[in-house]
Amino acid sequence: MCGIVGLFLKNVALEPELGRLTAAMVRELRDRGPDSAGFAVYGEETSGTTKICAVVREGRLAWPQIAKRLSNATQASVTVKEIENHAVIKTEGDGDAARGWLIDNVPEAIVLSQGLSIEIFKGVGDPGIVVERLNLVGAKGSHAIAHTRMATESAVTIAGSHPFSTGEDTCLVHNGSLSNHNRLRDLLQRHGERFQTANDSEVAAAYLTWRTREGDSLKAALQQALQALDGFYTFVVGTREGFAVLRDPIACKPAVLAETDDWVAFGTEFRALATLPGVANARIWEPEPATVYVWSRA
Amino acid sequence: MAHQPLAAAHAGEPIRNTTLDLAHMSVREVNRLLHAASQGDFLIKNPRGLHAVVAGLDGELNVRIDGHVGYYCAGMNKRASVTINGNAGTGVAENIMSGRVHVKGDVSQSAGATGCGGLLIIDGNASARCGISMRGLDIVVKGSVGHMSAFMAQAGNLVVLGDAGDALGDSIYEARLYLRGKVKSLGSDCVMKNMREEHKTSLRKLLDAAGLGGTVDVSEFRRYGSARSLYNFHISNLGSY
Repeated sequence: MCGIVGLFLKNVALEPELGRLTAAMVRELRDRGPDSAGFAVYGEETSGTTKICAVVREGRLAWPQIAKRLSNATQASVTVKEIENHAVIKTEGDGDAARGWLIDNVPEAIVLSQGLSIEIFKGVGDPGIVVERLNLVGAKGSHAIAHTRMATESAVTIAGSHPFSTGEDTCLVHNGSLSNHNRLRDLLQRHGERFQTANDSEVAAAYLTWRTREGDSLKAALQQALQALDGFYTFVVGTREGFAVLRDPIACKPAVLAETDDWVAFGTEFRALATLPGVANARIWEPEPATVYVWSRA
Repeated sequence: MAHQPLAAAHAGEPIRNTTLDLAHMSVREVNRLLHAASQGDFLIKNPRGLHAVVAGLDGELNVRIDGHVGYYCAGMNKRASVTINGNAGTGVAENIMSGRVHVKGDVSQSAGATGCGGLLIIDGNASARCGISMRGLDIVVKGSVGHMSAFMAQAGNLVVLGDAGDALGDSIYEARLYLRGKVKSLGSDCVMKNMREEHKTSLRKLLDAAGLGGTVDVSEFRRYGSARSLYNFHISNLGSY
């Protein structure tokens, strides 16, 4: 099971509506993944400022003090805003270095994302309540990806919820299961990737981070992934400028794409798309197996 | 079709000639009303990708659905004629026993799965596993079908005007496959067979039933079926299929 929705806006006039439209899509797929949920929003950017999202595994943390320590350690100005059990940290320093410092020094938290545009939020429990609590409805931006999870490969925890992100402004959500993730995780660790969970989907996210760092385009990285990843998958991937979909060679997991002049939308099932404006006249199709679909704002 | 609002139906009596709006009724309520009806024309509005819309019908009903439906639409259908003005999700007309299901758009995987009888017409494309394990159903797809179509198909006919994906007819039993376009690959034990006059006649009947009579030339089709090397087929049992 698991449910995925994605919305990539082509019409900037819809950007203030991104969160509201995405939240309505998530609510339709609650029953496909009732144990946890998460979402990535590509929104507001401030030049030179990297946003880092983190969530506390349990209880609360003194984020202002952590921000001060991070600032001292990285010699960069750092601010922090708390949203529920999440922190949105802003730094003018290097995002990857800040992510690494937080992973090493704040084991009580999970770093969810880092980048100029991306913000990721996650929670355990009914996806409808999770997106309400973390105010997806109020989110503005160019594209969003959300996931409702029915756990199969690892425990029901915030850490195991999707989306997964290991690299700047890149995230991945996954419906399915990978069978060669342990071996691939070893390889990626040797290439310097930092993992925070034992989850198979995090390995797929890290694989894309590695390939893009090596210079592959999003499309090329996903084409490589077809060779490198063994298992069942429908992936939806976000980058700062792009939005991509890939299904495994036997299209084991369901997927529907729809496109109008105003947006591209992905849903595990059509019912997730039924509330979108103009869907009655959208081009609707099932993505082909082993075929990379990419849209870009660039 | 003449439609009267639902409120006009007599309380306690089966309804006929009615519009049912899924924006205001649950799938279960709509299906229950249709199960109680023995005949009549029905229009279903706002299906919004919901699952199991008009599943389990058993009556001389004409049902039109305006919009896209989710999984298992018209599953287990008996006698009723269902037209979907939109796309259908996984397993449309699965295990259909008789009657007719006509999808004006595309369908997702496993269309007509295990169908025992009746006719399924798909104006658009069907994705993977179309006609999987079909057992007597006739399927006419005006577009193309995806991979593993007619997997373990036992009886009935699958007619495809477009192309077929990988592994067509894998482990097929006695179903007949008629393909006009290209096939990406044949599955285990599926082979091309001669198109004899009896097959042309049979195909012509299927195309007529799908409303394509006279518009498609049966000589453009190739026939595929089982090489019968994978299961314990014996010619003396042919009458059983």
